[in-house]
Amino acid sequence: MRVRARSRRTLLTTVTAVGAAALLLAGCAQDPEEGPGKGTPATGKSGGAAQTTLTVGVFGAFGLQEAGLYDEYMAQNPGIRIEQTSIERNENYYPQLLTHLGTGSGLADIQAVEVNNIAEITATQADKLVDLGKAPGVDKAAYLPWKWAQGTASAAKGGATVGLGTDIGPQGICYRKDLFEAAGLPSDRAAVGALWAGDWNKYLEAGKAYKAKAGEGKAFVDSASGVMAAVTGSSAQRFYDEQGKVVYKTNPAVRGAFDLAASFATDGLSAKLQQFTPGWDQGFSNGSFATVSCPAWMLGYIQDKAGPAGKDKWDVAQAPKPSNWGGSFLVVPKAGKHAEEAAKLAAWLTAPAQQAKLFEKRGSFPSASAAYKLPAVSGAQHAYFGGAPIGEIFSKAAEGVPVTVVGPKDLVIAQNLADIGMLQVDQKGRSPQEGWEAAVKAIDNALDQ
Amino acid sequence: MTDETAVLSPSTVGPERPAAEGGGRGRPGQVWRSRRYRWDLRWSPYAFVAPFFLFFAAFGLFPLLYTGWAALHQVELTDPDSMTWVGLRNFTRLWDDEFFWNALRNTVTIGLLSTVPQLAIALGLAHLLNYRLRGSAFFRVAVLTPYATSVAAATLVFVLLFGRDYGMVNWALSAVGFEAVDWQNGTFASQLAVSTIVIWRWTGYNALIYLAAMQAVPAELYESAALDGASRWQQFLHVTVPSLRPTIFFTCVVSTIGATQLFGEPLLFNGGAGATGGSDHQFQTLGLYLYEQGWVNLHLGRASAIAWAMFLILLLIAGAARLLRGRKDSR
Repeated sequence: MRVRARSRRTLLTTVTAVGAAALLLAGCAQDPEEGPGKGTPATGKSGGAAQTTLTVGVFGAFGLQEAGLYDEYMAQNPGIRIEQTSIERNENYYPQLLTHLGTGSGLADIQAVEVNNIAEITATQADKLVDLGKAPGVDKAAYLPWKWAQGTASAAKGGATVGLGTDIGPQGICYRKDLFEAAGLPSDRAAVGALWAGDWNKYLEAGKAYKAKAGEGKAFVDSASGVMAAVTGSSAQRFYDEQGKVVYKTNPAVRGAFDLAASFATDGLSAKLQQFTPGWDQGFSNGSFATVSCPAWMLGYIQDKAGPAGKDKWDVAQAPKPSNWGGSFLVVPKAGKHAEEAAKLAAWLTAPAQQAKLFEKRGSFPSASAAYKLPAVSGAQHAYFGGAPIGEIFSKAAEGVPVTVVGPKDLVIAQNLADIGMLQVDQKGRSPQEGWEAAVKAIDNALDQ
Repeated sequence: MTDETAVLSPSTVGPERPAAEGGGRGRPGQVWRSRRYRWDLRWSPYAFVAPFFLFFAAFGLFPLLYTGWAALHQVELTDPDSMTWVGLRNFTRLWDDEFFWNALRNTVTIGLLSTVPQLAIALGLAHLLNYRLRGSAFFRVAVLTPYATSVAAATLVFVLLFGRDYGMVNWALSAVGFEAVDWQNGTFASQLAVSTIVIWRWTGYNALIYLAAMQAVPAELYESAALDGASRWQQFLHVTVPSLRPTIFFTCVVSTIGATQLFGEPLLFNGGAGATGGSDHQFQTLGLYLYEQGWVNLHLGRASAIAWAMFLILLLIAGAARLLRGRKDSR
């Protein structure tokens, strides 16, 4: 069908249409230079000083903003504005960070990195990141040595410290006092800790004792994979050896942790839940299990999910062995426009005093050991967990954590061991050997480039 | 505008319009004007469709070709600039990749489990909506609401409904004396559950397409069928369905494409783990496997090869459908 043609007007429209299309394309090709700070002028007047907007990219509820640290820094430095962007899940956040680092665009001035990804970052991206070890205000001695080592590239890669540690995840065991009492076990946190002190196998024995008394329908742990994460977190060597070779298949520590955790499933001590799923959340509020291995950051999670009804029922005891699960780092991409200011901010955010504040407000446990002596940490008690001295419990765990060898694909290996191998044993009733083989097959496929 | 001629007749607007050339031999201004006029007629339609093609080139064609290029290399997301040529290795290894075949199998079964009931229900719904109803606009909008909800929101609700311990579906099953089903872990159960989400979201959309086609069926056909004593059901079977055949074919094609690319529902159905599609990969679709290779394991080359394999599978299906349709038409 043809429409009425009017030559002059159509020519004009043509030019406009082509021009508009070209403009649009050009607009799309351009890198967003301001990032999330768009809309606010990057430079403006504030107390006579030119204003700089720094952006921070994080995943999940990182807590820096919620703890009021940005506001405090902005009050101290009138020339700085801080804006944060957050992506809910690290699985979505991390690939995006890698593509942005690859193209050198779309990056925030400061980016957060999860501990399972830090080895890959230091091994493959160190040349794109600022050496924060030399940033003003950074004191190496304030950090736990193993945390500092994780954020530092190997000597072959230049040896730069590109990641400054924020929090870590030293673990305790959270348990239900009322369920322990009903099963005839001690409920005082010192006595509970003594039940299994020094040996993860004693934790299994305690579970068997619990099951014998508690009867049907009451599980001892939430999931077998939670136990596995806790046990592997207490060994120095896990999936890689010091030379960077993948050794998870032959490392007795990994297989031992797998088999021990699988026993919880085969002995019927597990509630057969998958962590961080809606069913798991409901398990907290319904009291379907008596214990869960909990890193410091999980206390708030339990409080959220178990709700007011769980108050004074939950408590936290020392774990069988010092173990770490999770934690994060801050890195500063060289491609950022304000790399120098950003390094200063990253140093400030991860300094002991600020880490102590983050712990006080959000429960993220400091990776700066210098913070453990500060009253905000050493005197910390958690009202929801029966006033447990969590500062003391977690400091003790943190200082006992071995210097863990981290590797670039730790996350992929840990995830497949848990979500394929252990889940098959826990939820599908497969034998530990079958679960292990399925996990190995999935991991080999994942590691094969 | 007064000096312009409004051309209405199609015969005079053709690009090779002789009258325009004849007029070109007059004054220089006239020559210029008529030449411009010819260019306009010839090129402006291209300019009008250009934006789409420019955008398609930038966001459709370029990624397609680049993915094809990347599929022939070993390339990691950690360093996308360094590519090592491996030829067809990424493709050949798919033959021996049991996870790929598993994903393909799951995609087919979930596709069938969702598409067949979905289209059948949509056809029935459209037939009901085609009746003279009070407030028909309300019902038509209502069937479309599932389509308008986001995959994420819908799936999260379904995950709760299909929960093993406290889910409503299991609660209802146990209320009528059945045993609780572990929806996430059973191979068939999980695929059925994922299909339910797809059915719920897309049935209304297809129903409206069918409804639109039904309204184009001449009322006389129904009247004469009614005079011949055909019941409502017979009318549906012998008048509505045959008239709708091209529309049904269209929805089949669109649903097949959708089923091949199924991604959001199985991803979110697996609450914590993400792209594995369950502990036994029991509901890992091709889309999910592609995502796992590319964005979890960071192997861009392997992921690109899967993407191209999916593309080729779709082409195969399209070819088969064309053959089938050609035979039907010639009948």
